[in-house]
Amino acid sequence: MVEVLYEGEGELLGWEDPDEMRKWIRENKPREMVDKTMDLKEAISKFVRDGCYIAFGGFGHIRVSMAAIYEIIRQKKRNLIMAGKTAVHDVDILVAAGCVSKVEVAYCFGHELRGLSPASRRKVEHGEVKVATEWSNAGFQWRFLAAAMGLPFIPTRVMLGTDTLRKSSAKVIRDPFSGKPIALLPACYPDVVIMHVHRCDIYGNAQIDGILVEDFELARAARRLIITTEEIVDHELIRREPWKTVIPYFLVDAVVEVPWGSHPCNMPYLYYFDEEHIAEWLRMSRTDEGVEQYLEKYVYSVDSFEEYLEKIGGIKKLNYLKKLEHLRAPLVAPWAQG
Amino acid sequence: MGERKYTTLELMACVAARLLEDKKAVFVGTGLPMIAASLAQRMHAPNLLIIFEAGGIGPQIPVLPISVGDSRTFYRAIAASSMHDVMSLSQKGYVDYGFLGAAQIDMYGNINTTVIGDWERPKVRLPGSGGANDVGSLCHRTIIIMRQDPRRFVPKVDFITTPGYLDGPGAREKAGLPAGSGPYRVITQLGVYGFDEKTKRMKLLSVHPGVTIEDIKKNSSFEIIIPDEVDTTEPPTEEELKILHEIDPVGMVLGRKK
Repeated sequence: MVEVLYEGEGELLGWEDPDEMRKWIRENKPREMVDKTMDLKEAISKFVRDGCYIAFGGFGHIRVSMAAIYEIIRQKKRNLIMAGKTAVHDVDILVAAGCVSKVEVAYCFGHELRGLSPASRRKVEHGEVKVATEWSNAGFQWRFLAAAMGLPFIPTRVMLGTDTLRKSSAKVIRDPFSGKPIALLPACYPDVVIMHVHRCDIYGNAQIDGILVEDFELARAARRLIITTEEIVDHELIRREPWKTVIPYFLVDAVVEVPWGSHPCNMPYLYYFDEEHIAEWLRMSRTDEGVEQYLEKYVYSVDSFEEYLEKIGGIKKLNYLKKLEHLRAPLVAPWAQG
Repeated sequence: MGERKYTTLELMACVAARLLEDKKAVFVGTGLPMIAASLAQRMHAPNLLIIFEAGGIGPQIPVLPISVGDSRTFYRAIAASSMHDVMSLSQKGYVDYGFLGAAQIDMYGNINTTVIGDWERPKVRLPGSGGANDVGSLCHRTIIIMRQDPRRFVPKVDFITTPGYLDGPGAREKAGLPAGSGPYRVITQLGVYGFDEKTKRMKLLSVHPGVTIEDIKKNSSFEIIIPDEVDTTEPPTEEELKILHEIDPVGMVLGRKK
């Protein structure tokens, strides 16, 4: 009999019995290769439901599907449970916009070197948004690995002995092989995952350039998977270099083409962070009024992502971000100027 | 303190860099750790392998990254991999050094980056673990860089985000953490600390030039072990200073050059 040594106090979220999950997949994920392209409005209204557990691909401000996030805010989705797996700009703006009620936190409420997030911190400190659990970055992504493998949990050696473990929904057992304590992290199956990629075909076969962070695992952990892509490419291109397929079509429920769709985030090899825009958000989000003004300006009053791109500085700004990514322009970062 | 040719941040970056041995691997974050690792590579540790938690392995960093996952962290890298990969490598024992920051630390090197005040009703909500707990759990040696004052050097941290030596000798192993791992050095604006072999309590190793033992004591709310003989930290050399500002030319982390 395996001995349970310790149980975290945190609420178990996103978990599912592996047999229930197999059944759900059998019934809900057809292995037929069909055209899954649609527009963002349709994808979000179809797959993002109030109260659902949501996670985004990428990391911090890197390769995050900002176009989808703006659409979620525009459609006034509410009570989302969010995976704060190094969620930075995505969680900050979604919390600020009132879309989120619970967060599982590995890293949230901060913008790395740029400082803390005024808006989402305010909401948490005022009790408007609840931190449900704490995790480490490795721990969170291993929960997705467990889900991707169809397992109920995964054993790890992180989080042990800490309050991070105490506030998680992990358990510690005595490992029957080594006799040492080991943490079991519960699988996490988000209801919906939205990921921005460099290219995919109309069926959802997707390629990502650069680091994958945890997107290989997260794509496989998701129940519903929306892919936003810089470009839709010919299916033949996928067939020609199949080793580049990170996400095969049968995992994908919707494909939306959104060039520059990660702005103001960094899309590796294409465009760098828009630090001026991020600084504008950090400045405006110091007050609730500022948050409203920002959302009015860049989200509510905007009909299409093209219109948004015009507002953030149009072709001139986008060209600069492209040059910046390729080290052909100097960085302008207002937050770093003291 | 008299005229100095360097800033405290520059001194801290140099101290951190000198701790990193050649032919080892280091997990780095943004800011000072990144600068320290780059400086080490250009001084005494050309074969230092730099790893980023989001998946960048062995990059040739062209300019300072802003995020531990941005494209600079895998520029001309050995591999653009994944978090699962690098964290697994770390769990397996491939990563020697890891850097951590802290809002609070106690005498056993336990670190808080989650919350100031009560977790349920936080006074200040901080970002949480991020990769810190992983680094502190899995790297062979962790180096903590932080500001020291009585509110940060505390008898009991409000929340143990990342494990130090927990409640003393043997506690890490008892909790199931990898054997022999744990905090190695703490670098602050006042001095450099290690951990006593027997008690696992924080111990002063050197004071920075111009800093007194009294300053060290005054800026901690727990008792630091202070040996009879304490070294003075070697100030940055001109070569180190020159390289530091080549690494951070606009003063993103180090501030503008005086």
